[in-house]
Amino acid sequence: MSTLVLAGSFWAMYQYGFRLSVDFKGGTLTEVKYTEVRPMQAELESKITALDIGGFSVRPSGDTNYIIRTKELSAKERELLLGALGHGVSKLEIERQNTIGPVVGAELQNKAFKAIIVVVLMIVLFITFAFRKVSRPVQSWKYGLATIVALAHDVIIPTGIFVFLGHLYGFEIDLLFITGLLAILGYSVHDTIVVFDRVRENLRINEDKEFEVTVGKSVNQTFARSINTSVTIFIMLLALYIYGSAATANFSLLLIVGLVAGTYSSIFIASPLLVTFYKLQSKSR
Amino acid sequence: MKSRRHIYISAALLLVFIFLGYFLIRQEKPDARFPFSFGLDLVGGTELVYRADTSNVEDISGAMESLKEVIERRVNIFGVSEPIIQTESAGIVSGNKEERLIVELPGVTDIEEAVELIGKTPILEFRLVQGETLISTGLTGQYLARARVEFNQTTNIPQVLLEFNDEGGKLFAKITREHKGELLAIILDGTVISSPVINDEITDGKAVITGQFTPEEARSLVRDLNYGALPVPIILDSTQTIGASLGEVALASGLKAGVIGFIALSLFLILWYRLPGLISVIALVSYIIISLAVFKLIPVTLTAAGIAGFILSIGMAVDANVLIFERAKEEKRKGKTSMDAFHEGFKRAWLSIRDSNISSLITAAILFWLGTSAVKGFALTLGIGVLVSMITAISVSRTFLFAIYDRN
Repeated sequence: MSTLVLAGSFWAMYQYGFRLSVDFKGGTLTEVKYTEVRPMQAELESKITALDIGGFSVRPSGDTNYIIRTKELSAKERELLLGALGHGVSKLEIERQNTIGPVVGAELQNKAFKAIIVVVLMIVLFITFAFRKVSRPVQSWKYGLATIVALAHDVIIPTGIFVFLGHLYGFEIDLLFITGLLAILGYSVHDTIVVFDRVRENLRINEDKEFEVTVGKSVNQTFARSINTSVTIFIMLLALYIYGSAATANFSLLLIVGLVAGTYSSIFIASPLLVTFYKLQSKSR
Repeated sequence: MKSRRHIYISAALLLVFIFLGYFLIRQEKPDARFPFSFGLDLVGGTELVYRADTSNVEDISGAMESLKEVIERRVNIFGVSEPIIQTESAGIVSGNKEERLIVELPGVTDIEEAVELIGKTPILEFRLVQGETLISTGLTGQYLARARVEFNQTTNIPQVLLEFNDEGGKLFAKITREHKGELLAIILDGTVISSPVINDEITDGKAVITGQFTPEEARSLVRDLNYGALPVPIILDSTQTIGASLGEVALASGLKAGVIGFIALSLFLILWYRLPGLISVIALVSYIIISLAVFKLIPVTLTAAGIAGFILSIGMAVDANVLIFERAKEEKRKGKTSMDAFHEGFKRAWLSIRDSNISSLITAAILFWLGTSAVKGFALTLGIGVLVSMITAISVSRTFLFAIYDRN
């Protein structure tokens, strides 16, 4: 099942590509609120076209707002745009306006990429360190490796789903999205460590049993905890998604998807992988 | 004996939490010493990010420091309440390729006005004229103590008198001593205003600009120079404005989500774990109180993402308790008494709790490094949350649990 979802995620990424927000590619994002009558989208579009400020997109947001994305605008162009939206004529409030230079955007993109890699590396190193005393029957760095595979799974699936949603509803990959991915990484490792810790403990207690049996037993023993902790976090995230600020709605949705993927992977991916590594190892001997 | 001790400690802890809770409420009054500090996305305002051109400066960190001071002065003159002005240096640690100046102006929602307010500062430089080229002397507006308008006693034409600070005065003396007979160009915002001949060494740290000023021009130049000439040129890179109403809604809904989530979570814990569940809810309340107090005291700037991080951390804080309780249940099934089972639960669960929380802290630290203000807020609340939850979920719930179970 995991393979299917993974394949789907890759397909979505390939098919639809990433919709990067102004955070990463530079540009101006303007959100305006019409307190009385919201004009038609087509009307705004033709007005903005007349300004001749290059490509743009207008998207309704909620019942009263429009979000307009354009290239990076100068102060004068910003004024022109607000004029075209009816600033001073209609009842109009500027909810937010972000202008980000392309250099800063590219740099942030670079930084985000580095951050993900650094997080993954640090976590693997930490796990290798934390499990250094359990080198038998599987070396401790293999625990780290199993965690990486689980982590990759947990990042790829939410990304794939969001790329797909981006295609449908215009969700964008912004800095908050990267934050969400990193938070998922943190959570997923948390979950995997709990299972591995139990494996570590069980190995100490009964060394004579088959490795496979020990891992299976550990997963069973931590199962209730995994589910219950996921439920508690799920409750908080759901509340955040339903009642929380619009600014963090997509963020909480992302975390929910990641939570499900993370719980799944620590049980059905990381632990079976440990067993696979063990089998590979004993075969080669 | 032992149960007595747990009861006393529990009572003391309860008192501490009540006191902290009272502190939180007290500090919400308008003139409180420790108010929550909210990010721009919650109160509305403008953030401006400038790129500083430090290619002609040797002491970069010094120049950035004085740039910050100058901008601070300028912003304060315009009466923006609680502005935040920061510099970010280039380098591997920050991941930036250039020196940056970040200005946050709460309550200012007109970007153009804000840009005007900061960007209009003139850049004053002194350069030696050698043929066609102008050679930097290192003397800039950075070393200016003050400027004022004077009128030439014979021609009555207005001129601008500059007074350098000690360091600038010495530099000026050195330049005039070593380059007698040469031309010294006075450049304002990239334009040469005048280039007088250096007649003699000037040791009193004073210089006069005699351009073709009208009295008004001279006066406005002096005002701008006194507000602060920038030591390095800055270029506006990105701007961000959030309307006040959007922020208000974000704050209110974040609060609502937190309360509803907490209630649902408490119900789940109590229904599932009964008495221990109730205790973990008490531990959770203490977790929330302590975290909020820490946010106030540091202070942590709360953003929408930061509040989301905190709400998420409430869910994660329970994890330690869930781990312990599940473990205790297991031990009970093996035939141990409740008391022993809980002892064992705490002991065995500790390693997982420690290791998994360290990995969360690693993530939080890297997020903090990545951060623009929104992400930093998330990382900080998550990180503080993890640390506080290690204390409350383990020691607090342990104390209460043993206080109750020992007596039975």
